[in-house]
Amino acid sequence: MSNQGKMDCGRRRLIVATAAVGGSGVLAALVPFVSTMLPSERAKAAGAPVEVDISKLETGQIMTVEWRGKPVWIVNRTQEMLDTLSSLDSAVSDPKSEKAEQPQYCEGVSRTIKGRNPAISVMIGVCTHLGCSPTTKFKNGAEEGMPADWKGGFLCPCHGSTFDLSGRVFKNKPAPTNLPIPPYRYLSDTRILIGEDTQGA
Amino acid sequence: MSTNLNYEKYKSDGSHLGDLLEWVDKRFPATMLWKSQVGEYYAPKNFNFWYFFGSLALLVLVIQIVTGIFLVMHYKPDGNLNANGIPGAFASVNYIMYDVPWGWLVRYMHSTGASAFFIVVYLHMFRGMLYGSYRKPRELVWIFGVLIFLCLMAEAFMGYLLPWGQMSLWGAQVIINLFSALPLIGDPLTIWIRGDFVISDATLNRFFSFHVIAVPLVLLGLIAAHLIALHEVGSNNPDGVEIGDKLDEKGIPLDGIPFHPYYTVKDIVGVVVFLAVFSIVVFFMPEGGGYFLEYNNFFQSDPLKTPPHIAPVWYFTPFYSMLRAMVWNFFWIDAKLWGVIAMGAGVVILAFLPWLDRSPAKSIRYRGPIFKTLLAVFVFAFLILGYLGTKAPGYKFFDTGFLDGDVIAQIFTVYYFLFFLTMPFWSKIDKCKPVPERVTWK
Repeated sequence: MSNQGKMDCGRRRLIVATAAVGGSGVLAALVPFVSTMLPSERAKAAGAPVEVDISKLETGQIMTVEWRGKPVWIVNRTQEMLDTLSSLDSAVSDPKSEKAEQPQYCEGVSRTIKGRNPAISVMIGVCTHLGCSPTTKFKNGAEEGMPADWKGGFLCPCHGSTFDLSGRVFKNKPAPTNLPIPPYRYLSDTRILIGEDTQGA
Repeated sequence: MSTNLNYEKYKSDGSHLGDLLEWVDKRFPATMLWKSQVGEYYAPKNFNFWYFFGSLALLVLVIQIVTGIFLVMHYKPDGNLNANGIPGAFASVNYIMYDVPWGWLVRYMHSTGASAFFIVVYLHMFRGMLYGSYRKPRELVWIFGVLIFLCLMAEAFMGYLLPWGQMSLWGAQVIINLFSALPLIGDPLTIWIRGDFVISDATLNRFFSFHVIAVPLVLLGLIAAHLIALHEVGSNNPDGVEIGDKLDEKGIPLDGIPFHPYYTVKDIVGVVVFLAVFSIVVFFMPEGGGYFLEYNNFFQSDPLKTPPHIAPVWYFTPFYSMLRAMVWNFFWIDAKLWGVIAMGAGVVILAFLPWLDRSPAKSIRYRGPIFKTLLAVFVFAFLILGYLGTKAPGYKFFDTGFLDGDVIAQIFTVYYFLFFLTMPFWSKIDKCKPVPERVTWK
């Protein structure tokens, strides 16, 4: 190679400087290409709030609505279902939903808005592990093909994470956090607006 | 050094064809390339059954490229619903299947070709493990091979999104979300990959672009590098001895035979048998029992509903099992990230094989009982991991209470990694037989 023997240090510095300038130009040219892959303005603009009428949602039933391309569940839990929640505190990994994404105004084992019907649960039905939509397993273990001590909840078909009826993940499952709760507010007792809240309501 | 060495070596024999070749050789090293890479590339004379799969991988590559070119003429990467409420992409695949003349054949060749590619490549890689083909001086051949395997996985994964069925959508959902496990950059990275907050038309279009342009280009480059490196160091063989160490007076390996015509003819036999089996699948069982084309993918994608049972296509399932096996939080890293690490490491660890293996013999023919036993268990573990990956979590073998699939997957995942990580120790102490100086040949 030609760099044997004497080296002209001045030239070498110039070569390094030229290469550095050229290299930074190449890096700068990458920016627009990489940026084209970010969500477009149209994609960012999508996602208007969704209004849902829950007057026809019977107790023990679930309905799914689409919000920002994701399934949002509204579950009308029976009193019996609500009663099981506290007993599961030791079985779920984050009983008070401290790690979970949920609005400040949602609290307690029911994870609902304070002062509103605790039976009505609103959750984003997307597993926090890898984004599958869990399936409902509301009945007892034997009927749902679940363990005998199953008290009703959700099972993610992809990697077996299980959640209780408040969307709290059970211990030693791949999902790291409870199911997220979207911002929402009640327009009336039977109408919910998903995707928008009045802070502190 | 004399210049124009090339054309002076290959003078015309006086015929018109010879003159034409000489004209070309003065301008392009055609004869030289042919001789060095094919006509006078000396391969060991003792290749066996396992040596079909390299050339078959090239054949499948050609099948995939040719069928792919024709599919793109009719396919539309459109995630939006058409007037009938069917996504454009899903509708265009059905159009290919029902309305395009012979479209069903080209599509089934492409979908079967994907599985065939992995069958052939897995066998090709296993051949490397049997005969120590990754050992010095073939480390780079092996590493290029691992990179090809990675590219192939990316290619297959992105291709699987294109039909825009239920498995397409939810499979991509899971795999893209793997990246969200990375600390700090995880969530912005997944949004960047999808180009949206959920998998959408934007995701479909970029996957189409990667699937038909970017990854195939990289793949072709890597395959060229794989072959150039191979032809630089020469092929290994079932005895794991270097044929280049014993040369005749002309400098030709004593145990070598020219690739052409000997192995071109042999490989054609492999091609014929392969095409016969391939045709049976394409014509009579294109869904491959639900393993090549999953039944749920015949439903159009629905972002609100995950199919009750979701599993990747069979060729990803061993690594998918490793992902699922990680359910504990170790140290400060949670289970989700461990799963991703296990899945990625499962592939990447292969690249280190040349340095993990310290056995004095390359080929299994002369290696000791430790290697043979551990390799047999390794193959068994890999197959069981693959099988379990196609099953729902909580699967029990034979409906028994004690053969719990999840636990078995965890045990075999640990075994998979221990096989590699402890290899430097056991491969060294294994009792090998003496390696012959020349290849054995009856």
